[in-house]
Amino acid sequence: MEEVKLMKGNEAVAEAAIRAGVDAYFGYPITPQSEVIEYLMAEEPHKRTGMVVLQAESELAAINMVYGAAACGKKVMTSSSSPGFSLKQEGISYMAGAELPCVIVDVVRGGPGLGTIQPSQADYFQVVKGGGHGDYNLIVLAPATVQEMADFIELAFKLAFKYRNPAVILSDGVIGQMMEKVVLPPQKERLYDEEVDKLYGSWATTGKKNGRERNIITSLELVPERQEAHNHHLQAKYKKITENEIRFETFNCEDADYLLVAYGSSARICQKTIQLARAKGIKVGLLRPITLWPYPSEAINKLADRVKGILTVEMSAGQMVEDVRLAVNGKVKTEHYGRFGGMVHSPDEVLDALETKIIGGQ
Amino acid sequence: MAENILTPEEIIKTGELVFKKTKLMTDANLSYCPGCGHGVAHRITMEVIEELGLEEQTIGIAPVGCSVLAYEFMNIDMQEAAHGRAPALATGIKRVYPNKTVFTYQGDGDLAAIGTAETIHACNRGENITIIFINNGIYGMTGGQMAPTTLPGMHSSTSPYGRDVHTMGYPLKITELIAMLPGTSYVTRQAVHKPGLVRKAKKAIKKAFELQMENKGTSFVEIVSNCNSGWKMTPVESNEWLDKNMLDYYPLGDLKG
Ligand SMILES: Cc1ncc(C[n+]2csc(CCOP(=O)(O)OP(=O)(O)O)c2C)c(N)n1
Ligand code: SF4
Ligand SMILES: [Mg+2]
Repeated sequence: MEEVKLMKGNEAVAEAAIRAGVDAYFGYPITPQSEVIEYLMAEEPHKRTGMVVLQAESELAAINMVYGAAACGKKVMTSSSSPGFSLKQEGISYMAGAELPCVIVDVVRGGPGLGTIQPSQADYFQVVKGGGHGDYNLIVLAPATVQEMADFIELAFKLAFKYRNPAVILSDGVIGQMMEKVVLPPQKERLYDEEVDKLYGSWATTGKKNGRERNIITSLELVPERQEAHNHHLQAKYKKITENEIRFETFNCEDADYLLVAYGSSARICQKTIQLARAKGIKVGLLRPITLWPYPSEAINKLADRVKGILTVEMSAGQMVEDVRLAVNGKVKTEHYGRFGGMVHSPDEVLDALETKIIGGQ
Repeated sequence: MAENILTPEEIIKTGELVFKKTKLMTDANLSYCPGCGHGVAHRITMEVIEELGLEEQTIGIAPVGCSVLAYEFMNIDMQEAAHGRAPALATGIKRVYPNKTVFTYQGDGDLAAIGTAETIHACNRGENITIIFINNGIYGMTGGQMAPTTLPGMHSSTSPYGRDVHTMGYPLKITELIAMLPGTSYVTRQAVHKPGLVRKAKKAIKKAFELQMENKGTSFVEIVSNCNSGWKMTPVESNEWLDKNMLDYYPLGDLKG
């Protein structure tokens, strides 16, 4: 049954995971996302669905527990915040290489180093551009509401299993901590072991039953020609994902003279900026990428033909702006604005930046 | 002369068969140096899994080290872990499949250096898994560097003048440490450089898997082994050196259970 609740983003992630029929969660506490594991521990999902919840000794261990269970065809996830995500990078690269489906939630805080526990969007590079070693891509979804924190769990698992690839929900401390109304999905059954065998028995290590060929999960291939072939296979898969899975939203772009590009909580702030700007007679629109990889480059490129300037807004020193500039390809002036290191920009600050950096700068 | 060469069928007659390779070892050529203990340890592990009838329910985990390709040789479902993380993978598998049999096979660098945290915490949680730990006192795979288990004064490519315990630390007796953890059911130290010891080691491995099936907690079998290439010795010399030097620091026998 659907249910309407007032929840924190982190709690919505946890409840949605139980309802999505997730088999296991492995995690390590870190602010501002500890509510995910706290909620799960308090909820005792082993009694509700049989879901396993385990507090690991580190993020390194947690992601490798995810590796082991995911390699058995199970629906497994972990969550963390920026310093913890850095530690998970090793396991993520191995999972991308071994083509294992899983979901990782990153509730981003300010860095570098221990940084701050306040919200940030400065993990764009380490999540969207890799961070671990090798040529690989993660499917990255960026929620802007508590509702999307819940909704993207099922979507992320769907994509992860469809393409046998890790998927990340890239959130931030604002959305993780903020309380909003959320419509929770009905409870989905966890798969029985027999169903897992049937669906994923061609690759998952579930025990070499009924005389089937043994399954091996590895990212190692010592013969370079074969490792190159494996890499080509991965690249072909990434191309397919790019062709099929780009998601974005536009607001007020029809008559816009200027375009804002922002994701997650910055996109919410930009919606308010649009109201303020339009009240002053400045026609501004917003493109919100929902998938940060694959990236809505073509949509941005097309809008660049129609607007006089583009401002990318993110709580970082300018990370996603690189992708926007690649998409725009020099067609129109493209600048970055954002508070960072744990500070959140206001709608007015964004409007000021638009006026000085884009409109005034023309 | 060609006509005098016996066919395998003429050599192997029923009734005279004294040894048969377990079907749970593949026919792939072992990547190990001739004389290395890894091959024996693989064989007895797989013999035990066959004898206990666990072939269809066992998932093994290969480490990073010389046995990184264990999944090419062990004819069951296998996963390859990142360096040191095998016990975390094993935890993940066992938690979602509590009725399956799960084991890791790890070298001393893998288990007692880079993977110390994963090893100790898996054992401390009492994960129902079996850990086979090959202690050859060196990093075999990467060309003979010092391991956490390298003996005092022992030469390696990163302790070319011998391990100086004052700057390089003492050999880590991780098995003794693990025996102290309440989560472990059985902790033992074995060797495979003599036929009698191979039989004993196999018995220990069997006991370890049996305890796992009874959900008794982590079972842990260290095998003190040689690395003739890394030690720069012939296989025979390395076995003699092991017997004379390694076993004083790493005495054989059960530490617990
Ligand atoms: C993260 C990481 N660091 C370093 C290495 C290089 N490396 C591969 S195997 C190995 C040591 C293996 O030694 P041990 O575990 O004792 O196994 P042995 O080869 O002796 O059986 C090292 C350092 C690696 N593969 N990954
Ligand atoms: S290098 Fe040492 S451990 Fe590795 S296969 Fe050769 S003898 Fe065995
Ligand atoms: Mg070694």
